Amino acid sequence: MRPFKYVRASDPAAAARAVAANPHAKFLAGGTNILDLMKEDVERPSELVDLTRLKLAEIKAARAGGVSIGALAKNTDTANHPLIRRNYPLLTQAIVAGASGQLRNMATNGGNLMQRTRCQYFYDTAMPCNKREPGTGCGALEGLNRIHAIFGWSDKCVATYPGDMANALYALDATVRVRNAAGRERAIPVDEFHRLPGDAPERDTNLGHGELIVAIDLPKSSFAKNSYYLKVRDRASYAFALVAVAAAVELDRGRIGQARVVLGGVAHKPWRSLEAESALTGKPASQETFERAAEAALREAKPLAHNAYKVELGKRAVVRALMRASRLA
Amino acid sequence: MPRYIGKEMSRVDGVAKVTGRAKYAAEFQVPNLAYGFIVLGTVAKGTIKAIDTREAERTAGVVRIFTHLNAPKLGPKASTEYAPPRNTREQDKSFRALQSDRIYFNAQPVALVVAETYEQARYAARLVKVTYNAERHQTDTEAVREQARAPSQGQPAKTRGNPQEAMRNAPVRVEAEYRIPIEHHNPMEPHAAIAVWQGDRLTVFDKTQDVYGVRTHLATSFGLPEPDVSVISPYVGGAFGASLRPNYYPALTAMAARELKRPVKVVYTRTQMFTGHGYRPHTIQKIALGADRSGKLAAMIHTAVHNSSTIEDFNDNTTGFTRQVYACPNLYAPTLIVPTDLPTPTWMRAPGAVSGMFALECAMDELAYALKIDPLELRLINYAEVDPESGRPFSSKALRECYRLGAEKFGWKDRKFEPRSMRDGRLLVGWGTATGVWGAFQRPASARITFRIDGTAHVTSATSDIGPGTYTVMTMIAAEYLGNRPEQVKFELGDTKFPRAPSQGGSQTTSSVGSAVHGAALAVTAKLLALANLQADSPLKAAAAATDVEMLDGRLRLKSDPTRFVVISELMRRNNLTEVTETFESRPSPERQKYATMAHGAQFVEVKIDPDLGQVRVTRAIEVSACGKIINPKASHSQEIGGVVWGIGMALQEATEIDHRYGRIMNPNLQHYHVPVNADVHEIETMFVEEDDTVVNPLGVKGMGELGMVGVPAAIANAVFHATGRRIRELPITPDKLL
Repeated sequence: MRPFKYVRASDPAAAARAVAANPHAKFLAGGTNILDLMKEDVERPSELVDLTRLKLAEIKAARAGGVSIGALAKNTDTANHPLIRRNYPLLTQAIVAGASGQLRNMATNGGNLMQRTRCQYFYDTAMPCNKREPGTGCGALEGLNRIHAIFGWSDKCVATYPGDMANALYALDATVRVRNAAGRERAIPVDEFHRLPGDAPERDTNLGHGELIVAIDLPKSSFAKNSYYLKVRDRASYAFALVAVAAAVELDRGRIGQARVVLGGVAHKPWRSLEAESALTGKPASQETFERAAEAALREAKPLAHNAYKVELGKRAVVRALMRASRLA
Repeated sequence: MPRYIGKEMSRVDGVAKVTGRAKYAAEFQVPNLAYGFIVLGTVAKGTIKAIDTREAERTAGVVRIFTHLNAPKLGPKASTEYAPPRNTREQDKSFRALQSDRIYFNAQPVALVVAETYEQARYAARLVKVTYNAERHQTDTEAVREQARAPSQGQPAKTRGNPQEAMRNAPVRVEAEYRIPIEHHNPMEPHAAIAVWQGDRLTVFDKTQDVYGVRTHLATSFGLPEPDVSVISPYVGGAFGASLRPNYYPALTAMAARELKRPVKVVYTRTQMFTGHGYRPHTIQKIALGADRSGKLAAMIHTAVHNSSTIEDFNDNTTGFTRQVYACPNLYAPTLIVPTDLPTPTWMRAPGAVSGMFALECAMDELAYALKIDPLELRLINYAEVDPESGRPFSSKALRECYRLGAEKFGWKDRKFEPRSMRDGRLLVGWGTATGVWGAFQRPASARITFRIDGTAHVTSATSDIGPGTYTVMTMIAAEYLGNRPEQVKFELGDTKFPRAPSQGGSQTTSSVGSAVHGAALAVTAKLLALANLQADSPLKAAAAATDVEMLDGRLRLKSDPTRFVVISELMRRNNLTEVTETFESRPSPERQKYATMAHGAQFVEVKIDPDLGQVRVTRAIEVSACGKIINPKASHSQEIGGVVWGIGMALQEATEIDHRYGRIMNPNLQHYHVPVNADVHEIETMFVEEDDTVVNPLGVKGMGELGMVGVPAAIANAVFHATGRRIRELPITPDKLL
C-alpha cells in the first residue's frame, strides 16, 4: 500500500471540502472495497477522508410516504430496518443477496453505490485497463470476458457494475442526495448516478470530485406486494451475479399496472429495461407476457466472445423474477 | 480389546489451534527480523532486459533489493522427494528464484525487496521497474496437445492384450473427450518462511509437508552438511500437496537472510501462491470403452494429456488407476505431457486419480446408458477380483460392500434409469454414482519414544499434520501400545531434529509413521521385557518375544496370563532408569509384494438443478470408503467429508483462468477463483467398510485423505446427466454450460 494521509472528517461539509481540495483524495466509509483495491495497488489515493464518525446513518420516514436512508447506514441495518422490510422488500432481498454477513455489517449504502467493477483486468496492475489507467486499452474486450457486459459497453471498457443493492434502487426510483464542498445539495435520480463507459471508463459515476453522498431517498412505493430480486451466480453465496434481476409489478386483478425490470451484472450500470416494462404494462401477468418482456429486455444485447450465455440466462432470469414477483411461481 | 484405536477422539491440538497457541510458520517471533516482499514478473517468456530499483531503494525502511543481478547463485540440486503415489524418485529440477535473467512463466519472481516492515517492503516492491525482452510463449495445453510425449519419469505405459483389435470388435463402444482446467490448492494458510542463520547453521521455519525434503533442498542450495540445517514446521494450515515439494521461497528467504546477516521472513500473498507452489495440471483425456452386450469390458483405451512446464517434467499419472479398477483384458492407458510456459504443476489432493477417474467413471456412465444397464450394475459386472494389472490378489478389497452399503443408504434402487425422469417440483433431480480408488502406500519412516518412569511418554517423528489429525492418531497409537492414557503422551512432529519421516502426501502417513510409532512402542516393550527377565524370578519368563507381553496401566504383563506381570515403574527403579528411549524404523514388509494393496470407495450423489437457470446443487452425497482399519473415526469422517466438498468444488466451481495472449493467470484470488462456501454444502454422509488387512502394515490401515474425493466429480457429472440429459465433459459445470 502506498503511503497516504488519513483525515477524520468532523462534519459533512468539512469532508466534502477536504476531498475537493485534493484531486487525489477519496472518501472512506466501510472500506470493504477501497481498502482491498489500495492493497492491490489499483486505487492509489494520496489522502483518505474518513466519514465514519459523521451522523449520516439514520433511516427514517420521509415526506409523502417515502423513506430516507442515510449514506452511512450499514447494509445490514438497512436490509433489516422495519420500514425497508415492510415497504421495500425488494431492497432487503437485493442487499442480503450481496457479499457476506461480515461485509454487510461493515459496508455502507453510499459505499455500496460507489463499489468498483470486479473485472479481473481492473484488478491486475500488469494488465491493460482503461478504467484503472486510461489509455492502456481494455484487456477484457478480446480477453476473458465471461463475467462482462452485454449492454452499453464500449471498445474502451466492457466491465460491469457488480453490486446488488443498486439494482433494487433503480427499480424503486430512488434518488441519491449529494452535497458538495460549498454545501450545496443536489438530488440525482439513481438511474443517472452511474455512467456507461463510453470514452471515459475511469469515471464510474456522475458525482463531481468532492461531492459527498448524504442519503438515498426512496419515494412511496406501490411495489411492496409484488417484487422479487433474483441473483444467478456460480455458487450459492459469496459470488457476484452472472445475471441479476430486480423485478417489480403493480397487480390489479391479474393485470399489470406499472412495472420495473432492472438487470444486474450485464452493464457498466444497473440496466433498467424500459422495453420490458412497456411490454408488461397493461398486460395480464402470465408466463407468456413475461417471456415477451424478457425478449424485449435482451433484444439489444451485444454479447462478447465468452458471455453469450448471459443473453439466454438473462431472459430466463427475467421470466423467473417476474413469475416470482407476481407469485405465479 | 483396543482401548483407543477405533474409538472417536477429538484432536489433541484442537484447543491450541482455536486459541491461537499453535504457531504457524509466519508466526514465530525472532529478534531483528526483516521482511521480504516478492516482485512478480509480467511476461510469460523471455529475458529481463533491465531492473530499475533506484526509486524503491530510496523509500523508507528498505534494507536491500535482491534481483538476479546481485543474488548469489544457489548450489546444484539433489533429489529431494519420492513422488507419491508411485514412489519414483524425482530429480529436483524445481524452479529457483533470481538465478538468471530468464523468464519461464508469467508472475515469476524477479526481485525480493527486504525492508524493516512488511508494509515498507510491499510499498517499495511496487516501485521496482522491470523491462523484458519478451519471447513468443505458449500456455494453452489445448493448442499443443498434439506435441504431447511420454514423461521422463514414471513407468512407461505397457499395452495389455490387443486393445485396438478388441475395440474394433466390441459390439458396444463409447468414446469421448473430457477436460479439466488447471486448479489450485488454495489452503487457508499462505506459504511462509522465516530464515535464521547462526554462523553457517541455518534454521528455517517453513510451511511444509516434508521438513526433511526442505532440509535437503536448503543444504544443497547453500552447500551445507544436512545436519547444519534445521527445518521447523509444527502446524500447517492446509496444504493439499502445495507444500510437498520445496517451493522457491524458502531458499530465497534463506539467501536474503544470509546476505543481510539478519533473519528474514517472506509470506506469499494469495496471488503469489498461484505461481508459487504448483497446481493440478490442465488435463485433456480421450477415452474409449468397448464392451460386449452383457456389459463386460473388452477394451479400454484411455489417453491423458496434461501440461507441464519447460523447466521439468511433471507426471500426474492421470491414467494410473485406470489399469487397476476394472477387469479388462485389453488396455492401453498412457499419460502424456506437453511443456507450456507456465510454472510446473504438482500433486494436488488425489493427484492423477481424481482426474483420471473423472474421465473413466463418466465414460462408464456413458457406457451404461449405451448398454441400458444400471450404472452401478455395470461396475459390478466388471468388478476386478484380482489386480488386472499384475494378476496379484488384493490384500483386501471391500469395494463390493461399499457399493452395496452406499446403494442401500442412498436408496439407489428407486432410481429411474431415464435421464430427466426424476423431479422435485420444478427442479430436475439426478442421481449419479462413481467408484473411488487410491493406493494403500507405505514408505520407510522412523519414530522415537521416550517412556518415563511416571508413565508419560514423549513420541516424535518428523512427519507433518496438514489437517488429517496426525497429532491425534499418533497419540492414540502410542497410548494404545504403551498402555497409558492419551493425556500421558506428548507427540511432536514437523522438525528435522526428530526421526526421519516421509512427506505427508499420498495418504500414507498413518500407515508409514503409525507403523513406526507402533514399532517403537513394541521396542520399548521389548526393552522392558528384557530388563524384567534379567531377574531370575521374573513372572514373565514364559514370554519368548515382546509380542507375548503387553504394557497396560503401568504393568508389563503376559498376554496369555494377565495375572503374571511386573510393575513397570518398579522395574525401572530397580534398574536405575528414569526413562527408556527407543527409535524404530518401520519399512514396508516384503509380504506386500505378493499383493496389490489398494483402498476403494463408492460415491452416490443427488443433484437438484434449476432447469431454467442452470444452477446445480449437490443436495445429498453418500461416500463409502474401504480403507482398512479406522483408527480415529471422528477425524476420518472429517477427512472424507472434506474430500466430498473438494469434489463438489472440482465438479462445479474450480478453474484457474489464463489469458493466453499474456500467458497470465487472471483469477489468482479468492473472489475470482471459486471454492465451495457453506451454502454449497448440503447433506454429506460418510461411512466406512472396515477391512481386516494383515498385509498392508501392522496396524492394518490404508490411506483415506485422497480417497474420499476421487469419485465425487464423476458422480456429480453423472448425476447432472441423469437430471438433465446433458453430458458435460468439461469441468467445472457452471450454470452457463447447462442453459
